[in-house]
Amino acid sequence: MTSRNQRRRIVNNVMLTLTGVCAFLTVSTLFLILGYLVYNGGKSVDLNFFTQLPRSPGELGGGMANAIVGSAEVIVLASLIGLPIGFLAGVYLSEFGGKTFGFMVRYTADLLNGVPSIVIGVFVWTIVVVPMHGFSALAGGIALSLMLIPISARSTEQFLQEVPRALREGSLALGASKWRTIASVIVPAASKGILTGMILGVARISGETAPLLFTALNNQFWSTGLTQPTATLPVMIYTRAVAPYDDWHRQAWAAGLVLLTLVLVANILARTIMARGISVPRG
Amino acid sequence: MATSVIAAPRRSRTLLERLRGGDTVAHAICWFFAVVVMAITAALLIGLWIKAGPTRNAFGFGFLASSLWNPVTDQYGALPFVYGTLVTSVVALLISVPLGVGAAIYLSELATAKLSDSLTFLVELLAAVPSVIYGLLAIFTLVPLMRNYVEPALKKTLGTVPVIGDLFSGPIFGFGYLTAGIILAVMTFPFIISVSREALLSVPREQREAALALGATKWESTWQVVVPFARLGIFGSIFLGLARALGETMAVTMVIGNDPAIHTSLFANGYTIAAVVANQFSEATGEMYASALVELSLVLFVLTIVINAAAQLMIVLTTRKGSARA
Amino acid sequence: MRRSSFAGLAAIPVVLIGTAAAQVSINAAGATFPETIYQKWGKEFTGARLNYQAIGSGAGINQLTNGTVDFGASDMPMKDEQIAKLKVKALHFPTVLGAVVPVYNIPGVATDLKFTPETLAGIYLGEIKKWNDPKLAADNKGVKLPNEDIVTVHRAEASGTTFVWCDYLAKVSSTWKAKIGGACATALSWPVSGLAGQGNPGVAGMVKQTPNTIGYVELVFASQEHLTFGVVKNKSSKFVKASVASVTAAAAGAAKEIPADFRVSITDAPGADAYPISSFTYLLVPVKIEDAAKKKAIKDFLAWMLTTGQKDAPGLDFAPLPKSVAEKAQKQIALIQ
Repeated sequence: MTSRNQRRRIVNNVMLTLTGVCAFLTVSTLFLILGYLVYNGGKSVDLNFFTQLPRSPGELGGGMANAIVGSAEVIVLASLIGLPIGFLAGVYLSEFGGKTFGFMVRYTADLLNGVPSIVIGVFVWTIVVVPMHGFSALAGGIALSLMLIPISARSTEQFLQEVPRALREGSLALGASKWRTIASVIVPAASKGILTGMILGVARISGETAPLLFTALNNQFWSTGLTQPTATLPVMIYTRAVAPYDDWHRQAWAAGLVLLTLVLVANILARTIMARGISVPRG
Repeated sequence: MATSVIAAPRRSRTLLERLRGGDTVAHAICWFFAVVVMAITAALLIGLWIKAGPTRNAFGFGFLASSLWNPVTDQYGALPFVYGTLVTSVVALLISVPLGVGAAIYLSELATAKLSDSLTFLVELLAAVPSVIYGLLAIFTLVPLMRNYVEPALKKTLGTVPVIGDLFSGPIFGFGYLTAGIILAVMTFPFIISVSREALLSVPREQREAALALGATKWESTWQVVVPFARLGIFGSIFLGLARALGETMAVTMVIGNDPAIHTSLFANGYTIAAVVANQFSEATGEMYASALVELSLVLFVLTIVINAAAQLMIVLTTRKGSARA
Repeated sequence: MRRSSFAGLAAIPVVLIGTAAAQVSINAAGATFPETIYQKWGKEFTGARLNYQAIGSGAGINQLTNGTVDFGASDMPMKDEQIAKLKVKALHFPTVLGAVVPVYNIPGVATDLKFTPETLAGIYLGEIKKWNDPKLAADNKGVKLPNEDIVTVHRAEASGTTFVWCDYLAKVSSTWKAKIGGACATALSWPVSGLAGQGNPGVAGMVKQTPNTIGYVELVFASQEHLTFGVVKNKSSKFVKASVASVTAAAAGAAKEIPADFRVSITDAPGADAYPISSFTYLLVPVKIEDAAKKKAIKDFLAWMLTTGQKDAPGLDFAPLPKSVAEKAQKQIALIQ
């Protein structure tokens, strides 16, 4: 073997091994993250965390029960507002959209998707918090719904488009009206994908902090209604992490573990649904 | 029944009949919500544009060139924040592109299909980790590591090299551009790996086989044939990662040190657009202050739009057509 | 079976929200300086749910101006231009007195360092760059100060604590006053760029974590976290450590002549035992409150705070208001329509 070929061989082996190293490093960051959170958060997650309210700065103990409920409140609100709007807009884009108007809607949905989350917070502060004279869970929910709408719209459109033409035409040939076709045939056929997209979208917004900073603010107590500020897990993690109190750090880790677990479970669930294949109604 | 259907002449349906048919209503409802989406985006853009009016009129394009940020005297310049945003993003890409593309090559060329799919699945989960959790990890694990080990080591080694030495000099805080860049790099891994892998997988088999048939080693075939073929998709993934890094708020604001000034050293503290808006918007009293922050947001938004559009274009060109056109 | 237990679970939040809703909710935001005691008061006061969020004095003033909170809180009394911008005028209610202390983290130094006005100004002006600078060493003979760069920590957001710190330095150093352009505010153009922390807790956190730093925080954050803080030379040339007693001494002179709107600065106060970097902190309450239930709750809170609430102060290293000031403030409650 010539020395040139030997060199080429060595280069080949080295570079290919390096790519393996790259893959190992990048995948291991996920495990590092999980590991740190489980190690530090696991020590601190206990029943108190889920049932008690936060204590004043410097006092030990307490939990984040209000933040968990608050996060749930805000996420449910955001889903109730954002998912239907996104879904129906997605249906429009896929089934009814004309060329130019459809393009415009798609383009603006992509624009909305690209808005940095802090800017959404600024926008909602201006149009909801100030006129309402107060921070509120409602404002937080609206802010998150604005992020959910484009995600839901585009994924709905994408999965509806993937339904085979044969299915649509068959339904129409049998005499069903267009809306009947959409409702009873196309949407159910794409339901797995649409559902996945929605779950992923909701998981994504549940971890968002920036839009909540100027909208839902925070609360030491239980939130007493949609028009009152509320504590949320991501905001609590942020405030606890930047403070000097060790006890608050402990709680931040615990909250981080809880939040990450929820988000990852939702993601894995969504992807497992997808992996089972798109359901096509039979018979 | 059959005869009447054939025999009856066709007449146009009245409005009422069309309404009862349901299609028009469905169309109208869906159209309405599509318009709602457009209206929201338009309201957002117009609202931001108007709110940024005072500083737009006062500073014009000078806003982008000025590095003086003094809320007390109402002087605002975007430069330190644009600088910080770009520097942290570039540092992030310098780290994540080699690692990410390397990993993508491994996943598309070397790993078995099953291993590749499961590893990609895991990497994509990284994209789901919320920003504030990255920030939490960064404060307690990365910052001490940087302050105690990494930055002093870099200072001793790269800090002495003539030209780039300035990047690795100065006081060491643990916080700063470099730390923010590193955490951003981890956040961009999933985008680069996932999309690059798709682009590499979409390269036709014939290309690889042709190279191998001509006697190339696997590496030479990959690096000199497959990767160039997929280069548009890879660039697209880089731009996607960049777009994500630009808009990142929480993780960056927790580790960048929050200093509204321009510094050459990567160890120094800086500020990004998203971080300054997050920190200062609630206290922005007065027209000019709030307007300056909103104008900064618009600058960031425009940057993100441009880069996202470029990314989408490149990705579409590669994965749909399956061939790289210059 | 399943349905009913699920309904039972679902009832819990409804019940919680239901009982909670029986009380009036008040939302306030502002300074981090007094956040420990405000949050404690929030838990102790039973007349309403007082939700206090510490987002910084500047943000407190801004949110009050925009009408998004029921009242604000600031260590810096509002300036005339800020008051002019209010749609509904606001009253300043002093709550407690606190001290701003120079905290530091110098590896190997566990004692209280002595700072003079000149050294503090010199550090924050960037004139004193290293810990073992002769000016610092002269005041601290016997302490082994390392040959390390001083890293200054300041506030990232608009802070009343920053105002107090700046106000003090401007009184004792003409160089400082000139460098910052004459007027102190909640946000400054810092002569030395160092680290910036969010809120008093953020600054304390940064000092705690980063060696060779110096920062300024309210006393309670230093004492709760066992951070070393220095003694400061006061106007009578005595080195005084911040404490409830020394802060009370600082307010003694001002208490006699406090203006009707309570806007006063007590930094660099005369008095042998006075701590020179002390300050009142205020609640900014609108003079006209529409919601009758809220109005009553806020008035009740203010009355409670100025009497029973003051007892909580010493436990958190705050000095209670001088009696004359508290009485004067109680009279002001009647002005709220």
